[in-house]
Amino acid sequence: MKVPLKARLLLPAAAWMALFQLLPLALIVLVSVCMRGQYGGVQWRLAFGSYGRILDPLYVPVFSRSLAQALLATALCVLLSFPISYWMARLEKRAQGVAVLLVLIPFWTNILVRLYAWMFILGRTGLVNSAAAGLGLWRDPLEMLFSQKSVLLGLVYGHLPFMILPLYAALEKIDWGLVDAARDLYASPAQAFLKVVLPLSKPGLIAGSILVFTSIPCDFATPDLLGGAKNMMVGNLIQQQYLVVRDWPFGSALSLFLMAGIGVGVFAYLRQERAAA
Amino acid sequence: MKRSPALAAAGVATLVFLYLPILILIVFSFNASRYGAAWHGFTLDWYRRLLENKSILASTENSLLIASCACVLSTLLGTLAAVAQGRFAWKRLGLLEGMFFLPIVIPELMMAIGFLLFFGLIGLRQGLGTLIVAHTTFDVPIVWLVVRARLKKLDPRLEDAAMDLGATRWMAFRKVTLPLLAPAILGGALMAFAISLDDFFISFFVSGPESTTLPVQIYSMLKFSIDPQVNALSAALFVASMSLVVLAWVLQGGESHAH
Repeated sequence: MKVPLKARLLLPAAAWMALFQLLPLALIVLVSVCMRGQYGGVQWRLAFGSYGRILDPLYVPVFSRSLAQALLATALCVLLSFPISYWMARLEKRAQGVAVLLVLIPFWTNILVRLYAWMFILGRTGLVNSAAAGLGLWRDPLEMLFSQKSVLLGLVYGHLPFMILPLYAALEKIDWGLVDAARDLYASPAQAFLKVVLPLSKPGLIAGSILVFTSIPCDFATPDLLGGAKNMMVGNLIQQQYLVVRDWPFGSALSLFLMAGIGVGVFAYLRQERAAA
Repeated sequence: MKRSPALAAAGVATLVFLYLPILILIVFSFNASRYGAAWHGFTLDWYRRLLENKSILASTENSLLIASCACVLSTLLGTLAAVAQGRFAWKRLGLLEGMFFLPIVIPELMMAIGFLLFFGLIGLRQGLGTLIVAHTTFDVPIVWLVVRARLKKLDPRLEDAAMDLGATRWMAFRKVTLPLLAPAILGGALMAFAISLDDFFISFFVSGPESTTLPVQIYSMLKFSIDPQVNALSAALFVASMSLVVLAWVLQGGESHAH
C-alpha cells in the first residue's frame, strides 16, 4: 500500500505524540483504578480504594490550603498586575516593547533561581536578618520562611508575569478614544475606568486568572522550598506519592481529582463571567 | 489618568519587585562570606569553585546534551507536521490538533506523572534517554505552533507561481516556502531549546540518579547544601536566560522592521 506524502510527513510527529503523550496520560487513568503493588508499582487488579482515600480527613487541610492559596495568589496577582499593565499599555510603542521585554526576562529566569532569591532574602541567616542584626534592630533571627505567607509571596512572585502579559495584551488593544469620549461626556476618571477600561480588559483578566489559578495547585517547588512540610499543598502530596511513598494508584487518583477540581472551577468561573456579560 | 506619575511609579515599583530579589542574589555571589548575607568583601571565589564543581559541570553537560537532542528532534517532527498540515488538504484533523495542544494545556505535573508511569511500567531505566524523550514531547508542540503560525501567513500563490514557471512541487517548496519559513523554524528551535534547558518539573520526575539536569541539581542543592556557589550559579543562569530573551527580541524586532 502506498502511503501518501502528506501522511508520511505527519505520521512521525503524530505517532510520537500518541505514544509519549496520549498513552502516558491514559496510563494515569488506568493506574488510578488499580491496586498498589506490594513494593510500589501496580498490581493489575481493579480497585477504587484510591479514590476513597482522597476523602480521608487527613488530606482535607491540604486541599483547603491549596484552594485558599490559589485564590489568594490569583487575587493578589490581579491587584499587582493592573497598575503595571495599564502603565505599559499607555507607553509609546517602542517603550512598550522594552517594557514587555523587561517582564519577559524574569519570566524566563529559572523558577528555582527565583525561589532561591526569596530563601536568600528571608532565611534565618538571610539578608533581612543580617541587615537587622547589623543595624541592631533585632538580635535573634526571625523565621520568615516556612509559613503560609512566605509560600504565598513565592507563588505571587513566580506567577505575576502570567497575569501581567495577558492583561497588558488586552489593555494594549483598547481604543483610548473611547475613554476620551467617556470623559467628554462628563464621566469621572473613576467612572471611565470602571465602565470602559475594566470591561474591555476582561479577556486578559480572565486568561491571566485562569493561567495563575490552574498552575498554582500543581506547583510543588514553591511550597516545598518556601513552606516546608507543614505548608504542603496538593502538588507536594502528589509528588510524594510517586517519588517517596511510591503509591502510584493513589497519586494518580489524586492528580485526576485535582484536574477535575480545576476543570470544574474554570468552567464555573467562565459560566459566571458569561452570565455577567 | 492618561500619563499619571502615580501610575508610572506603580509600574516601575512592580518591575523593581520582579528584579530586586534576583539582583540581590547576583550582588551576593561576589560576597566573601561563606555563611549568610553579611558583606565580607568582594571575591570571585564562588565562580571559580563553580567551574571546578564536577557535579555541576556534569549536570550542565547533561542539560545541554538533552536540550540539543530534544531541540533537533522536535524541530524535525514539529516542522514536518506543520508543513503536512499547512500545505495539504485534510478532511478532519481536530483530534490530532488536540493531541498537539495537550502539552501546552495540561499542567506540567500531569505530564511528569504520565512519563514516570509510562517509563516505569515498560521497565525503562530513567536516565538521559527518558529525559530526551520527555523533553522532545513537550518541545514538539512549541515548534509546531510557531511554524504553523508562520505558514498560515504565507501566500500559497507564491508556490503556485513557482510551479507555473516550471518548478516541481518539491522545488517550489524548497526554493520558495522553506526560505520564508526558516526564521520561524529557527525561532521555534530556539524556544524549544530554551524551554528544555529551563525545565525542572518534568525532569525532576524522569531523571535518574546518574543523569540529573542542571535545574534538578540546583533543587537538591537548595534542599540540602546551600552555599554561595548557588548564588554564582543563579547569576550565571540569569545572565544566560536574559541573553536568550534579548536575542529573541532583537531577532523578532528585525523581522517586524523588514515588513
